[in-house]
Amino acid sequence: MKIMNCPMNGPRNVSEFVWGGEVREMPDPAASDHEWAEYVFIENNTKGVVREWWMHAPTSYWFIAERNTETDEIVRTYPATELYNSRREFK
Amino acid sequence: MPFGLLKYALSKQYPGERHFPARKELRPSYDVVIVGAGGHGLAAAYYLAREWNITNVAVLDKGYLAGGNTARNTAIIRSNYLTPEGVRFYDESVRLYQDLANEFDYNLMYSERGHFTLAHTDAAMRTARWRAEVNKHMGVKSELVYPDEIARICPQLNMSRDVRYPILGALYHYPGAIARHDAVAWGYARGAHRRGVEIHTHTEVTGFEIDNGRVNAVRTNRGTIKCGKVLQAVAGMTSVVAGMAGFKLPIRTIPLQACVTEPVKPFLDPIIVSGSLHVYVSQSARGELVMGGSVDPYSLYNTRSTLDFKEELIMHMLELFPFIGRMRMLRQWAGMADMTPDFSPVMGETPVQNYYIDAGWGTWGFKATPVCGKRMAETVATGKVPDLIAPFALERFYRFAQVGEKGAASVGH
Ligand SMILES: Cc1cc2nc3c(=O)[nH]c(=O)nc-3n(C[C@H](O)[C@H](O)[C@H](O)COP(=O)(O)OP(=O)(O)OC[C@H]3O[C@@H](n4cnc5c(N)ncnc54)[C@H](O)[C@@H]3O)c2cc1C
Repeated sequence: MKIMNCPMNGPRNVSEFVWGGEVREMPDPAASDHEWAEYVFIENNTKGVVREWWMHAPTSYWFIAERNTETDEIVRTYPATELYNSRREFK
Repeated sequence: MPFGLLKYALSKQYPGERHFPARKELRPSYDVVIVGAGGHGLAAAYYLAREWNITNVAVLDKGYLAGGNTARNTAIIRSNYLTPEGVRFYDESVRLYQDLANEFDYNLMYSERGHFTLAHTDAAMRTARWRAEVNKHMGVKSELVYPDEIARICPQLNMSRDVRYPILGALYHYPGAIARHDAVAWGYARGAHRRGVEIHTHTEVTGFEIDNGRVNAVRTNRGTIKCGKVLQAVAGMTSVVAGMAGFKLPIRTIPLQACVTEPVKPFLDPIIVSGSLHVYVSQSARGELVMGGSVDPYSLYNTRSTLDFKEELIMHMLELFPFIGRMRMLRQWAGMADMTPDFSPVMGETPVQNYYIDAGWGTWGFKATPVCGKRMAETVATGKVPDLIAPFALERFYRFAQVGEKGAASVGH
Protein backbone atom coordinates (compact mmCIF):
# COMPACT_ATOMS: atom_id res chain seq x y z
CA MET A 1 0.00 0.00 0.00
CA LYS A 2 1.33 3.40 -0.91
CA ILE A 3 1.42 5.95 1.89
CA MET A 4 1.23 9.72 1.55
CA ASN A 5 1.96 12.10 4.36
CA CYS A 6 -0.87 14.59 4.77
CA PRO A 7 0.40 17.81 6.40
CA MET A 8 -2.73 17.88 8.57
CA ASN A 9 -3.60 14.20 9.13
CA GLY A 10 -0.23 12.46 8.96
CA PRO A 11 0.57 9.33 6.93
CA ARG A 12 -2.48 7.86 5.17
CA ASN A 13 -3.16 5.37 2.39
CA VAL A 14 -2.80 7.12 -0.99
CA SER A 15 -6.31 5.96 -1.92
CA GLU A 16 -7.64 8.55 0.56
CA PHE A 17 -6.20 11.35 -1.56
CA VAL A 18 -7.39 13.08 -4.71
CA TRP A 19 -4.91 14.32 -7.28
CA GLY A 20 -5.42 17.97 -8.27
CA GLY A 21 -2.79 18.46 -10.96
CA GLU A 22 0.20 20.75 -11.29
CA VAL A 23 0.49 23.98 -9.31
CA ARG A 24 0.42 26.83 -11.82
CA GLU A 25 0.08 30.59 -11.76
CA MET A 26 -3.46 31.64 -12.68
CA PRO A 27 -3.60 34.21 -15.49
CA ASP A 28 -4.95 37.67 -14.91
CA PRO A 29 -8.76 37.54 -15.18
CA ALA A 30 -8.52 40.02 -18.06
CA ALA A 31 -6.04 37.83 -19.98
CA SER A 32 -6.88 36.77 -23.56
CA ASP A 33 -9.00 33.71 -24.38
CA HIS A 34 -5.85 32.11 -25.75
CA GLU A 35 -4.06 32.47 -22.42
CA TRP A 36 -7.06 31.14 -20.53
CA ALA A 37 -7.39 28.14 -22.87
CA GLU A 38 -3.75 27.39 -22.26
CA TYR A 39 -4.20 27.62 -18.50
CA VAL A 40 -7.32 25.45 -18.48
CA PHE A 41 -6.35 22.74 -20.98
CA ILE A 42 -2.67 22.66 -21.84
CA GLU A 43 -0.41 20.59 -19.60
CA ASN A 44 3.31 20.56 -18.88
CA ASN A 45 2.92 16.84 -18.17
CA THR A 46 6.37 16.94 -16.61
CA LYS A 47 8.50 13.83 -16.48
CA GLY A 48 10.44 14.23 -13.24
CA VAL A 49 9.78 16.09 -9.98
CA VAL A 50 6.63 18.16 -10.11
CA ARG A 51 4.75 20.35 -7.63
CA GLU A 52 1.07 19.44 -7.37
CA TRP A 53 -2.20 20.07 -5.58
CA TRP A 54 -3.56 17.11 -3.61
CA MET A 55 -6.58 16.77 -1.34
CA HIS A 56 -7.15 14.47 1.60
CA ALA A 57 -10.73 13.51 0.73
CA PRO A 58 -12.14 12.56 4.17
CA THR A 59 -11.17 15.97 5.54
CA SER A 60 -11.38 18.01 2.30
CA TYR A 61 -7.95 19.41 3.07
CA TRP A 62 -5.98 20.76 0.09
CA PHE A 63 -2.19 20.86 0.27
CA ILE A 64 0.88 20.69 -1.95
CA ALA A 65 3.02 17.66 -2.75
CA GLU A 66 6.26 17.34 -4.66
CA ARG A 67 6.27 14.07 -6.52
CA ASN A 68 8.59 12.31 -8.96
CA THR A 69 6.47 11.24 -11.94
CA GLU A 70 9.14 8.81 -13.16
CA THR A 71 9.76 6.86 -9.97
CA ASP A 72 6.36 7.28 -8.24
CA GLU A 73 8.08 8.73 -5.16
CA ILE A 74 6.52 11.43 -3.01
CA VAL A 75 9.36 13.79 -2.23
CA ARG A 76 7.68 16.24 0.15
CA THR A 77 4.21 17.42 1.24
CA TYR A 78 3.39 20.76 2.87
CA PRO A 79 0.52 23.19 3.52
CA ALA A 80 -0.40 25.50 0.66
CA THR A 81 0.38 28.47 2.90
CA GLU A 82 4.07 27.84 2.18
CA LEU A 83 3.44 29.12 -1.35
CA TYR A 84 0.37 31.27 -0.93
CA ASN A 85 0.74 33.44 2.13
CA SER A 86 -1.01 36.64 1.19
CA ARG A 87 -4.46 37.51 -0.06
CA ARG A 88 -4.82 38.14 -3.77
CA GLU A 89 -7.35 40.68 -5.02
CA PHE A 90 -9.11 40.41 -8.37
CA LYS A 91 -10.53 43.64 -9.69
CA MET B 1 17.78 -34.99 -38.44
CA PRO B 2 15.34 -37.56 -39.84
CA PHE B 3 15.31 -37.49 -43.63
CA GLY B 4 11.53 -37.02 -43.71
CA LEU B 5 11.90 -33.76 -41.82
CA LEU B 6 14.86 -32.57 -43.87
CA LYS B 7 12.71 -32.94 -46.98
CA TYR B 8 10.40 -30.24 -45.63
CA ALA B 9 13.30 -27.99 -44.75
CA LEU B 10 14.76 -28.15 -48.23
CA SER B 11 11.49 -28.07 -50.17
CA LYS B 12 10.61 -24.92 -52.08
CA GLN B 13 7.01 -25.51 -51.12
CA TYR B 14 7.66 -24.49 -47.53
CA PRO B 15 9.89 -21.46 -47.79
CA GLY B 16 11.15 -19.93 -44.58
CA GLU B 17 9.81 -16.44 -44.14
CA ARG B 18 11.62 -13.66 -42.41
CA HIS B 19 9.13 -11.04 -41.23
CA PHE B 20 11.48 -8.14 -40.95
CA PRO B 21 14.99 -7.63 -42.23
CA ALA B 22 18.01 -7.24 -39.99
CA ARG B 23 18.62 -3.65 -38.95
CA LYS B 24 20.42 -1.52 -41.52
CA GLU B 25 22.31 1.75 -41.18
CA LEU B 26 20.10 4.83 -41.15
CA ARG B 27 20.08 6.73 -44.44
CA PRO B 28 21.07 10.40 -44.29
CA SER B 29 17.59 11.54 -45.25
CA TYR B 30 13.97 10.42 -45.64
CA ASP B 31 10.87 12.05 -47.08
CA VAL B 32 8.94 11.16 -43.95
CA VAL B 33 10.21 10.17 -40.51
CA ILE B 34 7.65 8.57 -38.22
CA VAL B 35 8.49 8.68 -34.51
CA GLY B 36 7.06 5.64 -32.73
CA ALA B 37 6.68 2.13 -34.15
CA GLY B 38 3.47 1.29 -32.34
CA GLY B 39 0.36 0.29 -34.24
CA HIS B 40 -0.34 3.91 -35.16
CA GLY B 41 3.09 4.77 -36.57
CA LEU B 42 3.27 1.48 -38.47
CA ALA B 43 -0.23 1.86 -39.90
CA ALA B 44 0.57 5.38 -41.10
CA ALA B 45 3.73 4.06 -42.80
CA TYR B 46 1.74 1.27 -44.45
CA TYR B 47 -0.90 3.61 -45.89
CA LEU B 48 1.72 6.17 -46.95
CA ALA B 49 3.34 3.45 -49.05
CA ARG B 50 0.20 1.69 -50.21
CA GLU B 51 -2.09 4.59 -50.97
CA TRP B 52 0.28 7.46 -51.67
CA ASN B 53 3.30 5.64 -53.01
CA ILE B 54 5.55 7.40 -50.51
CA THR B 55 8.12 4.80 -49.56
CA ASN B 56 11.21 6.78 -48.62
CA VAL B 57 9.99 6.53 -45.04
CA ALA B 58 11.64 5.55 -41.76
CA VAL B 59 9.71 4.46 -38.68
CA LEU B 60 11.84 4.90 -35.55
CA ASP B 61 11.25 3.37 -32.15
CA LYS B 62 13.36 3.59 -29.02
CA GLY B 63 12.32 0.09 -27.97
CA TYR B 64 11.40 -3.08 -29.79
CA LEU B 65 8.64 -3.25 -32.41
CA ALA B 66 5.25 -2.22 -31.04
CA GLY B 67 6.19 -2.78 -27.40
CA GLY B 68 4.28 0.24 -26.07
CA ASN B 69 0.55 0.46 -25.53
CA THR B 70 0.00 -1.54 -28.71
CA ALA B 71 1.35 -4.58 -26.86
CA ARG B 72 -0.49 -3.80 -23.64
CA ASN B 73 -4.09 -3.09 -24.55
CA THR B 74 -7.08 -5.29 -24.03
CA ALA B 75 -7.83 -5.28 -27.75
CA ILE B 76 -11.45 -4.14 -27.74
CA ILE B 77 -12.72 -2.77 -31.05
CA ARG B 78 -16.04 -0.94 -31.26
CA SER B 79 -17.70 2.18 -32.64
CA ASN B 80 -20.57 2.77 -30.19
CA TYR B 81 -19.42 6.23 -29.16
CA LEU B 82 -21.48 9.21 -28.10
CA THR B 83 -20.52 12.12 -30.35
CA PRO B 84 -21.36 12.00 -34.06
CA GLU B 85 -17.72 12.96 -34.82
CA GLY B 86 -16.49 10.01 -32.78
CA VAL B 87 -18.99 7.49 -34.13
CA ARG B 88 -18.23 8.43 -37.74
CA PHE B 89 -14.49 8.13 -37.14
CA TYR B 90 -14.47 4.83 -35.21
CA ASP B 91 -17.00 3.31 -37.60
CA GLU B 92 -14.53 3.72 -40.46
CA SER B 93 -11.94 1.96 -38.31
CA VAL B 94 -14.21 -1.01 -37.56
CA ARG B 95 -14.94 -1.37 -41.28
CA LEU B 96 -11.22 -1.32 -42.10
CA TYR B 97 -10.56 -3.88 -39.37
CA GLN B 98 -13.18 -6.28 -40.70
CA ASP B 99 -11.25 -6.68 -43.94
CA LEU B 100 -7.73 -6.25 -42.64
CA ALA B 101 -6.70 -9.90 -42.22
CA ASN B 102 -7.58 -10.51 -45.88
CA GLU B 103 -5.77 -7.42 -47.00
CA PHE B 104 -2.62 -8.47 -45.09
CA ASP B 105 -3.03 -12.19 -45.79
CA TYR B 106 -2.19 -12.50 -42.11
CA ASN B 107 -4.27 -13.88 -39.27
CA LEU B 108 -5.30 -11.11 -36.88
CA MET B 109 -7.67 -13.40 -34.97
CA TYR B 110 -10.35 -10.77 -35.45
CA SER B 111 -13.29 -12.06 -33.49
CA GLU B 112 -16.70 -10.39 -33.50
CA ARG B 113 -18.27 -11.01 -30.11
CA GLY B 114 -20.90 -8.39 -29.48
CA HIS B 115 -20.25 -5.79 -26.78
CA PHE B 116 -22.38 -4.96 -23.74
CA THR B 117 -22.02 -1.70 -21.85
CA LEU B 118 -23.93 -2.46 -18.66
CA ALA B 119 -25.99 0.22 -16.95
CA HIS B 120 -26.55 0.10 -13.19
CA THR B 121 -28.11 3.52 -12.67
CA ASP B 122 -30.82 5.62 -14.29
CA ALA B 123 -28.17 8.05 -15.52
CA ALA B 124 -26.26 5.22 -17.20
CA MET B 125 -29.52 4.00 -18.80
CA ARG B 126 -30.10 7.46 -20.20
CA THR B 127 -26.57 7.59 -21.64
CA ALA B 128 -27.02 4.11 -23.13
CA ARG B 129 -30.25 5.20 -24.81
CA TRP B 130 -28.60 8.35 -26.08
CA ARG B 131 -25.64 6.41 -27.51
CA ALA B 132 -27.97 3.83 -29.12
CA GLU B 133 -29.87 6.62 -30.90
CA VAL B 134 -26.74 8.43 -32.09
CA ASN B 135 -25.28 5.11 -33.28
CA LYS B 136 -28.40 4.06 -35.20
CA HIS B 137 -28.64 7.49 -36.76
CA MET B 138 -25.07 7.08 -38.02
CA GLY B 139 -25.72 3.55 -39.30
CA VAL B 140 -23.93 1.75 -36.46
CA LYS B 141 -25.63 -1.30 -34.98
CA SER B 142 -26.29 -0.61 -31.30
CA GLU B 143 -29.41 -1.09 -29.22
CA LEU B 144 -30.66 -0.60 -25.71
CA VAL B 145 -31.43 -3.99 -24.14
CA TYR B 146 -33.08 -4.99 -20.87
CA PRO B 147 -32.22 -7.68 -18.30
CA ASP B 148 -34.20 -10.52 -19.94
CA GLU B 149 -32.36 -9.98 -23.24
CA ILE B 150 -28.98 -9.66 -21.50
CA ALA B 151 -29.60 -12.90 -19.59
CA ARG B 152 -30.50 -14.65 -22.84
CA ILE B 153 -27.33 -13.58 -24.70
CA CYS B 154 -24.97 -13.82 -21.72
CA PRO B 155 -26.34 -16.32 -19.17
CA GLN B 156 -23.05 -16.23 -17.27
CA LEU B 157 -23.73 -12.75 -15.93
CA ASN B 158 -25.07 -12.41 -12.42
CA MET B 159 -28.44 -10.73 -13.00
CA SER B 160 -29.45 -10.90 -9.34
CA ARG B 161 -30.95 -7.73 -7.90
CA ASP B 162 -29.46 -8.67 -4.57
CA VAL B 163 -26.10 -7.04 -5.24
CA ARG B 164 -24.67 -3.60 -4.65
CA TYR B 165 -25.19 -2.48 -8.27
CA PRO B 166 -27.93 -4.52 -10.02
CA ILE B 167 -27.89 -4.51 -13.82
CA LEU B 168 -30.78 -2.40 -15.16
CA GLY B 169 -30.02 -2.68 -18.85
CA ALA B 170 -27.21 -2.31 -21.37
CA LEU B 171 -26.11 -0.80 -24.62
CA TYR B 172 -25.62 -3.79 -26.93
CA HIS B 173 -23.26 -3.19 -29.81
CA TYR B 174 -23.33 -6.02 -32.34
CA PRO B 175 -20.00 -5.42 -34.16
CA GLY B 176 -17.93 -5.17 -30.94
CA ALA B 177 -14.81 -7.31 -31.47
CA ILE B 178 -11.38 -8.25 -30.21
CA ALA B 179 -8.25 -8.94 -32.25
CA ARG B 180 -4.70 -9.98 -31.59
CA HIS B 181 -2.99 -6.63 -30.98
CA ASP B 182 0.56 -7.76 -31.78
CA ALA B 183 -0.56 -9.25 -35.07
CA VAL B 184 -2.15 -5.95 -36.08
CA ALA B 185 1.16 -4.16 -35.59
CA TRP B 186 3.17 -6.93 -37.28
CA GLY B 187 0.78 -7.03 -40.23
CA TYR B 188 1.18 -3.29 -40.77
CA ALA B 189 4.94 -3.53 -40.28
CA ARG B 190 5.28 -6.36 -42.80
CA GLY B 191 3.06 -4.60 -45.33
CA ALA B 192 5.02 -1.36 -44.96
CA HIS B 193 8.38 -3.10 -45.11
CA ARG B 194 7.41 -5.01 -48.27
CA ARG B 195 6.63 -1.71 -49.93
CA GLY B 196 10.04 -0.27 -49.09
CA VAL B 197 9.53 1.45 -45.73
CA GLU B 198 12.42 1.12 -43.26
CA ILE B 199 11.66 0.21 -39.66
CA HIS B 200 14.39 1.03 -37.17
CA THR B 201 13.86 -0.25 -33.65
CA HIS B 202 16.17 0.64 -30.73
CA THR B 203 16.51 4.08 -32.29
CA GLU B 204 15.53 6.83 -29.90
CA VAL B 205 14.56 10.28 -31.06
CA THR B 206 16.36 12.84 -28.91
CA GLY B 207 15.53 16.12 -30.66
CA PHE B 208 14.61 17.98 -33.82
CA GLU B 209 16.22 20.66 -35.95
CA ILE B 210 13.69 23.36 -36.60
CA ASP B 211 14.38 26.39 -38.81
CA ASN B 212 11.93 29.24 -39.19
CA GLY B 213 9.22 27.16 -37.61
CA ARG B 214 9.79 24.26 -39.98
CA VAL B 215 11.22 20.87 -39.08
CA ASN B 216 14.05 19.63 -41.28
CA ALA B 217 15.99 17.03 -39.31
CA VAL B 218 15.50 14.47 -36.57
CA ARG B 219 18.22 13.78 -34.00
CA THR B 220 18.53 10.21 -32.76
CA ASN B 221 20.92 8.18 -30.63
CA ARG B 222 22.23 6.83 -33.97
CA GLY B 223 22.87 10.18 -35.58
CA THR B 224 20.92 13.00 -37.22
CA ILE B 225 18.74 12.42 -40.26
CA LYS B 226 17.25 14.98 -42.59
CA CYS B 227 13.54 14.74 -43.22
CA GLY B 228 10.79 16.26 -45.30
CA LYS B 229 8.05 15.67 -42.81
CA VAL B 230 7.67 14.22 -39.33
CA LEU B 231 4.76 12.29 -37.88
CA GLN B 232 4.83 11.85 -34.11
CA ALA B 233 2.93 8.83 -32.70
CA VAL B 234 4.40 8.05 -29.28
CA ALA B 235 1.35 7.68 -26.98
CA GLY B 236 2.48 8.04 -23.34
CA MET B 237 5.63 9.94 -24.36
CA THR B 238 3.67 12.52 -26.37
CA SER B 239 4.47 15.53 -24.18
CA VAL B 240 8.16 14.62 -23.92
CA VAL B 241 8.67 14.29 -27.69
CA ALA B 242 6.49 17.33 -28.50
CA GLY B 243 8.59 19.22 -25.95
CA MET B 244 11.66 18.48 -28.10
CA ALA B 245 9.81 20.13 -30.98
CA GLY B 246 8.87 23.05 -28.75
CA PHE B 247 5.12 22.80 -28.22
CA LYS B 248 2.71 21.62 -25.54
CA LEU B 249 -0.47 19.61 -25.58
CA PRO B 250 -3.63 19.14 -23.52
CA ILE B 251 -2.37 15.72 -22.45
CA ARG B 252 -1.54 13.99 -19.20
CA THR B 253 0.31 10.67 -19.05
CA ILE B 254 -1.62 8.36 -16.74
CA PRO B 255 -1.06 4.63 -16.32
CA LEU B 256 -3.76 2.18 -17.33
CA GLN B 257 -3.49 -1.31 -15.87
CA ALA B 258 -4.83 -4.67 -16.98
CA CYS B 259 -4.51 -8.34 -16.07
CA VAL B 260 -5.39 -11.86 -17.23
CA THR B 261 -6.48 -15.01 -15.44
CA GLU B 262 -5.25 -18.51 -16.12
CA PRO B 263 -6.76 -19.95 -19.32
CA VAL B 264 -9.98 -21.94 -19.08
CA LYS B 265 -12.32 -23.46 -21.66
CA PRO B 266 -14.42 -20.96 -23.59
CA PHE B 267 -17.45 -19.84 -21.60
CA LEU B 268 -17.77 -16.11 -22.27
CA ASP B 269 -18.56 -15.01 -25.78
CA PRO B 270 -19.51 -11.31 -25.57
CA ILE B 271 -17.33 -8.49 -24.32
CA ILE B 272 -18.70 -7.11 -21.05
CA VAL B 273 -18.07 -3.54 -19.95
CA SER B 274 -19.49 -1.64 -17.05
CA GLY B 275 -19.05 2.10 -17.02
CA SER B 276 -20.36 2.55 -13.51
CA LEU B 277 -18.22 -0.24 -12.07
CA HIS B 278 -15.19 0.71 -14.19
CA VAL B 279 -14.46 -2.81 -15.36
CA TYR B 280 -14.34 -4.65 -18.64
CA VAL B 281 -13.68 -8.26 -19.53
CA SER B 282 -13.48 -10.58 -22.51
CA GLN B 283 -12.25 -14.12 -22.97
CA SER B 284 -9.31 -14.41 -25.33
CA ALA B 285 -8.93 -17.11 -27.96
CA ARG B 286 -6.43 -18.72 -25.57
CA GLY B 287 -9.08 -18.91 -22.85
CA GLU B 288 -7.76 -16.23 -20.49
CA LEU B 289 -10.10 -13.64 -19.05
CA VAL B 290 -8.62 -10.31 -20.10
CA MET B 291 -9.67 -7.65 -17.61
CA GLY B 292 -9.12 -3.99 -17.00
CA GLY B 293 -10.48 -1.04 -15.12
CA SER B 294 -10.23 2.72 -15.16
CA VAL B 295 -6.99 4.68 -15.39
CA ASP B 296 -4.84 5.22 -12.30
CA PRO B 297 -5.80 8.07 -9.98
CA TYR B 298 -2.75 10.21 -10.84
CA SER B 299 -0.23 10.84 -13.63
CA LEU B 300 2.95 8.78 -13.93
CA TYR B 301 5.64 7.90 -16.49
CA ASN B 302 5.95 4.37 -15.20
CA THR B 303 4.42 0.96 -15.86
CA ARG B 304 4.40 -0.40 -12.33
CA SER B 305 1.42 -2.48 -11.14
CA THR B 306 -0.56 -1.75 -7.98
CA LEU B 307 -2.59 -3.70 -5.46
CA ASP B 308 -5.19 -0.89 -5.37
CA PHE B 309 -6.00 -1.58 -9.02
CA LYS B 310 -6.54 -5.29 -8.42
CA GLU B 311 -8.70 -4.75 -5.34
CA GLU B 312 -10.99 -2.31 -7.11
CA LEU B 313 -11.26 -4.44 -10.24
CA ILE B 314 -11.81 -7.79 -8.57
CA MET B 315 -14.37 -6.42 -6.13
CA HIS B 316 -16.60 -5.47 -9.06
CA MET B 317 -15.77 -8.46 -11.24
CA LEU B 318 -16.91 -10.81 -8.50
CA GLU B 319 -20.25 -9.10 -8.42
CA LEU B 320 -20.72 -9.65 -12.16
CA PHE B 321 -19.26 -13.18 -12.27
CA PRO B 322 -19.13 -14.63 -8.73
CA PHE B 323 -17.72 -17.98 -9.93
CA ILE B 324 -14.43 -16.47 -11.15
CA GLY B 325 -13.43 -16.18 -7.50
CA ARG B 326 -11.96 -19.64 -7.99
CA MET B 327 -9.70 -18.60 -10.86
CA ARG B 328 -6.09 -17.54 -10.48
CA MET B 329 -4.61 -14.36 -11.87
CA LEU B 330 -1.69 -14.98 -14.20
CA ARG B 331 -0.26 -11.64 -15.20
CA GLN B 332 -0.71 -7.96 -14.48
CA TRP B 333 0.79 -5.04 -16.38
CA ALA B 334 0.36 -1.37 -17.28
CA GLY B 335 0.76 1.03 -20.16
CA MET B 336 1.14 4.81 -20.18
CA ALA B 337 -2.03 6.34 -21.55
CA ASP B 338 -1.98 9.81 -23.14
CA MET B 339 -5.19 11.27 -21.71
CA THR B 340 -6.97 14.35 -23.08
CA PRO B 341 -9.52 16.41 -21.13
CA ASP B 342 -12.35 15.66 -23.60
CA PHE B 343 -11.52 11.96 -24.11
CA SER B 344 -10.99 12.51 -27.83
CA PRO B 345 -7.69 12.21 -29.69
CA VAL B 346 -5.47 14.98 -31.04
CA MET B 347 -4.69 14.52 -34.74
CA GLY B 348 -3.32 16.70 -37.49
CA GLU B 349 -1.24 19.86 -37.66
CA THR B 350 0.97 21.35 -34.95
CA PRO B 351 2.55 24.77 -34.45
CA VAL B 352 5.65 23.39 -36.27
CA GLN B 353 5.42 23.23 -40.05
CA ASN B 354 5.65 19.78 -41.66
CA TYR B 355 5.33 18.24 -38.20
CA TYR B 356 2.16 16.25 -37.64
CA ILE B 357 0.77 14.76 -34.48
CA ASP B 358 -1.15 11.61 -33.68
CA ALA B 359 -1.77 11.55 -29.93
CA GLY B 360 -4.30 11.67 -27.12
CA TRP B 361 -5.22 8.02 -27.60
CA GLY B 362 -5.53 7.37 -23.91
CA THR B 363 -7.43 4.17 -23.29
CA TRP B 364 -9.16 4.02 -26.68
CA GLY B 365 -6.54 4.04 -29.44
CA PHE B 366 -6.16 0.39 -30.44
CA LYS B 367 -9.52 0.33 -32.19
CA ALA B 368 -8.52 3.46 -34.10
CA THR B 369 -5.26 2.05 -35.45
CA PRO B 370 -6.44 1.49 -39.06
CA VAL B 371 -8.45 4.68 -39.54
CA CYS B 372 -5.88 6.84 -37.82
CA GLY B 373 -3.03 5.35 -39.87
CA LYS B 374 -5.00 5.85 -43.06
CA ARG B 375 -6.10 9.42 -42.35
CA MET B 376 -2.77 10.54 -40.90
CA ALA B 377 -1.05 9.16 -44.02
CA GLU B 378 -3.47 11.23 -46.11
CA THR B 379 -2.70 14.31 -43.99
CA VAL B 380 1.05 13.86 -44.33
CA ALA B 381 0.89 13.04 -48.05
CA THR B 382 -1.42 15.87 -49.12
CA GLY B 383 -0.70 18.45 -46.45
CA LYS B 384 -4.49 18.77 -46.04
CA VAL B 385 -6.44 17.52 -43.04
CA PRO B 386 -9.33 15.23 -44.09
CA ASP B 387 -12.83 16.19 -42.88
CA LEU B 388 -13.10 12.97 -40.88
CA ILE B 389 -10.33 13.99 -38.47
CA ALA B 390 -10.64 17.80 -38.65
CA PRO B 391 -12.76 17.97 -35.44
CA PHE B 392 -9.83 16.46 -33.52
CA ALA B 393 -7.34 19.24 -34.30
CA LEU B 394 -5.07 20.45 -31.49
CA GLU B 395 -6.34 23.99 -31.92
CA ARG B 396 -9.89 22.95 -30.95
CA PHE B 397 -8.87 23.68 -27.36
CA TYR B 398 -8.11 27.29 -28.23
CA ARG B 399 -11.56 27.59 -29.83
CA PHE B 400 -13.22 25.93 -26.80
CA ALA B 401 -14.58 23.36 -29.28
CA GLN B 402 -13.83 20.11 -27.50
CA VAL B 403 -15.33 16.84 -28.73
CA GLY B 404 -16.66 15.58 -25.40
CA GLU B 405 -16.57 11.79 -25.45
CA LYS B 406 -16.98 11.71 -21.69
CA GLY B 407 -20.29 9.88 -21.81
CA ALA B 408 -18.60 7.10 -23.69
CA ALA B 409 -15.14 7.29 -22.28
CA SER B 410 -15.87 6.69 -18.63
CA VAL B 411 -16.21 3.20 -20.07
CA GLY B 412 -13.29 4.32 -22.17
CA HIS B 413 -12.02 1.22 -23.88
C1 LIG C 1 -3.91 -1.59 -20.36
C2 LIG C 1 -4.42 -0.92 -21.62
C3 LIG C 1 -5.61 -1.35 -22.20
C4 LIG C 1 -6.11 -0.75 -23.36
N1 LIG C 1 -7.23 -1.24 -23.93
C5 LIG C 1 -7.68 -0.75 -25.11
C6 LIG C 1 -8.79 -1.35 -25.77
O1 LIG C 1 -9.37 -2.34 -25.29
N2 LIG C 1 -9.20 -0.81 -26.94
C7 LIG C 1 -8.58 0.27 -27.50
O2 LIG C 1 -9.03 0.72 -28.55
N3 LIG C 1 -7.51 0.84 -26.91
C8 LIG C 1 -7.03 0.35 -25.73
N4 LIG C 1 -5.92 0.91 -25.13
C9 LIG C 1 -5.27 2.08 -25.75
C10 LIG C 1 -4.33 1.65 -26.87
O3 LIG C 1 -3.50 0.60 -26.43
C11 LIG C 1 -3.45 2.81 -27.32
O4 LIG C 1 -4.21 3.98 -27.48
C12 LIG C 1 -2.77 2.49 -28.65
O5 LIG C 1 -2.16 1.24 -28.61
C13 LIG C 1 -1.77 3.56 -28.98
O6 LIG C 1 -0.97 3.12 -30.06
P1 LIG C 1 0.28 3.94 -30.51
O7 LIG C 1 0.87 3.27 -31.66
O8 LIG C 1 -0.12 5.37 -30.64
O9 LIG C 1 1.24 3.92 -29.23
P2 LIG C 1 2.33 2.80 -28.70
O10 LIG C 1 1.96 1.44 -29.09
O11 LIG C 1 2.51 3.10 -27.25
O12 LIG C 1 3.60 3.22 -29.52
C14 LIG C 1 4.37 4.35 -29.24
C15 LIG C 1 5.82 4.00 -29.47
O13 LIG C 1 6.61 5.19 -29.40
C16 LIG C 1 7.87 4.81 -28.94
N5 LIG C 1 8.59 6.01 -28.45
C17 LIG C 1 8.33 6.77 -27.37
N6 LIG C 1 9.25 7.75 -27.26
C18 LIG C 1 10.10 7.62 -28.29
C19 LIG C 1 11.26 8.33 -28.72
N7 LIG C 1 11.74 9.40 -28.06
N8 LIG C 1 11.90 7.89 -29.84
C20 LIG C 1 11.46 6.81 -30.53
N9 LIG C 1 10.36 6.11 -30.16
C21 LIG C 1 9.69 6.50 -29.07
C22 LIG C 1 7.58 3.79 -27.85
O14 LIG C 1 8.70 2.96 -27.63
C23 LIG C 1 6.38 3.04 -28.43
O15 LIG C 1 6.74 1.82 -29.06
C24 LIG C 1 -5.40 0.35 -23.95
C25 LIG C 1 -4.21 0.80 -23.37
C26 LIG C 1 -3.70 0.18 -22.22
C27 LIG C 1 -2.42 0.67 -21.64
